[in-house]
Amino acid sequence: MLRFLTRRSLGAAFILLIVAAVTFFLFFAVPGDPARLACGKVCPPETLAQARHNLGLDQPIFVQFVEWFFGIFAGREYEGLGHCPAPCLGYSFVNREPVFSTIVDRLPVTISLTIGSAIIFLIFGVGTGIIAALKQGKPLDKIASISSLIGASVQIYFIGTLAMYFLVFQWQVIERPRYVPITEDPIGWAYGLMLPWVVLAIIFTANYTRMTRSTMVEQLGEDYVRTARAKGMSARTVVLRFALRGTLTPIATIFGIDLAGLIGGAIITETTFSLQGIGRLSIQSVNNSDLPMLMATVLLAAAAIVVLNVIVDALYAVIDPRVRLS
Amino acid sequence: MTIPSETTSEPAAAIAPVASGGAPVGRSPGQLMWRRFRRDPTGMISAVIVLFFILVAVAAPLISMLYGKDPYTTYGQDRPDLLNEFGFPLLPNGGISSEFWFGIEPGLGRDVFMQLVYGIRTSLLIALAATIATTLIGIVVGIVAGYVGGRTDYFIGRVIDVLLSFPSTLFIIAFMPVLENLMVKPDEETPVWLRATALIIFLTVFGWAGLARLLRGNVLSLREREFVEAAKVTGASPARIVFKELLPNLWTPILIQSTLLLPALVTSEAALSFLGVGMIEPTPDWGRMFLRGTEVYTDDITYLMFPGIALLIFVVAFNLLGDSVRDAFDPKIRR
Repeated sequence: MLRFLTRRSLGAAFILLIVAAVTFFLFFAVPGDPARLACGKVCPPETLAQARHNLGLDQPIFVQFVEWFFGIFAGREYEGLGHCPAPCLGYSFVNREPVFSTIVDRLPVTISLTIGSAIIFLIFGVGTGIIAALKQGKPLDKIASISSLIGASVQIYFIGTLAMYFLVFQWQVIERPRYVPITEDPIGWAYGLMLPWVVLAIIFTANYTRMTRSTMVEQLGEDYVRTARAKGMSARTVVLRFALRGTLTPIATIFGIDLAGLIGGAIITETTFSLQGIGRLSIQSVNNSDLPMLMATVLLAAAAIVVLNVIVDALYAVIDPRVRLS
Repeated sequence: MTIPSETTSEPAAAIAPVASGGAPVGRSPGQLMWRRFRRDPTGMISAVIVLFFILVAVAAPLISMLYGKDPYTTYGQDRPDLLNEFGFPLLPNGGISSEFWFGIEPGLGRDVFMQLVYGIRTSLLIALAATIATTLIGIVVGIVAGYVGGRTDYFIGRVIDVLLSFPSTLFIIAFMPVLENLMVKPDEETPVWLRATALIIFLTVFGWAGLARLLRGNVLSLREREFVEAAKVTGASPARIVFKELLPNLWTPILIQSTLLLPALVTSEAALSFLGVGMIEPTPDWGRMFLRGTEVYTDDITYLMFPGIALLIFVVAFNLLGDSVRDAFDPKIRR
């Protein structure tokens, strides 16, 4: 396990390095002037020269990348701007502070959004999937497959906006989504994010219902389930301890993909509900032409995908002892 | 050559004609697939809906002529009796009337029905071009990786790893202004073709990796099959093995994947337009209708409903079609 984790983590770090390098070279090495982008549309020449110097743009691109890269581990001094402490992902010329502190500021919103909805759709999806498999009732099966289809086809900016219109503005059953830190007010945190959670859950739940149901039906027909039943185990133990374990592998796979998608796709969710998370931050940094900030958000989203891939692969072995990690 | 088991996997269909008298009729896998597909009502209905959308896209100028309006004229601004002083339609439900079937766009006052009809063209054209490019690249890279193997395979595998880890939406949003900075002089307007081409290229660059990985896996298992070995023993050239032995066995996953890819790309394009890096004015586009719709939804929800419902129907129909195609091609898979 340890060897596997080390090897995969190294692989993940390598992929992230490539992503970082590609992004860096595409953004900073293209003809055109990143300093002008960083400085804004109306830019006096002396500010431009200052921006170029401060961003280190007067140096060769490779040197810039190496400096940026080592800045992540060792921190960096920006002339005339100040010190950027250890995980230094760059210095935002727009915000006039290190990129990392803004990221730390905004990340809790995106994480809360992701985790909250993930808990809802995982519990509901797997729960209804188990029930559907046990009852194998035709109407429920039909409902599951139809709602899964619509859930997979609907756009968050469409049903999200509809939900906002009817629930918030027309019927006023819930307030506008907003973010309150969980440490300050756990109830306000949950209440403020309830609407986006539910909307995201609508989109994702059905997929889990369908997946759980079909795998569960398969598992219930397996010999080991019959053996467990024959030994006189209670139905609850057979289903929850034995059959469910067999269904967890495909669920872990799509859950990993969905979680990464939620963090990477936070742009649309946060735009729809006007929440100030990483997604909004990336859009704002595009509009402000804040390249260092943008780099950091791209890297963060890539890291989410890569890390979750490793976790899911490791989980396979935990769920299913037959899986050999090699 | 096709794997024999595929043609014999459906004995009922093959034996059926014998019962009705006459000699047994040999059927190609394509014919069998078509027979199975025709018997699937969901598939047929969704195929009709998809065809309807394509027909509307193709016949958009004709519809415009019969309807008597175009998607560019700002009717609401030209005539004082359509929009109020805030730019919202005077009539209820977004200004739906016998003259403007789906209402009027808030602000600019263009005809919603025409925008929707011409919008399909933009979305479908971009998605179709990206689907074709994605599929072609996916096929070539997938076969090369699977068939050549070794170092090539390893290298391609790592490239795919990196591409699949790239946050594509974010990257496209971020890179679009950089690209424009590069291609367009600051005092010029961005040409529409540049945006369209850029969208197609970006969607393709981030789209092919999944298909290539899938096909590589298929080729890896096919490569070890007896019929490929037999072809090799008889001295068939690599080109012959790829085109005559491998490719015919890959059409099923390719066709299934591309029918599922097209709606995914339509929604991706719409999402990018919604985020402001899609098609630019005045080209009609569904994604930009979403963008405008979400800007004004508190005052005029009707405007958002039309692209929303149209896209939902389109994507549902296309996904159902994809499922039916899969069932028809591969009846062994039980969903």
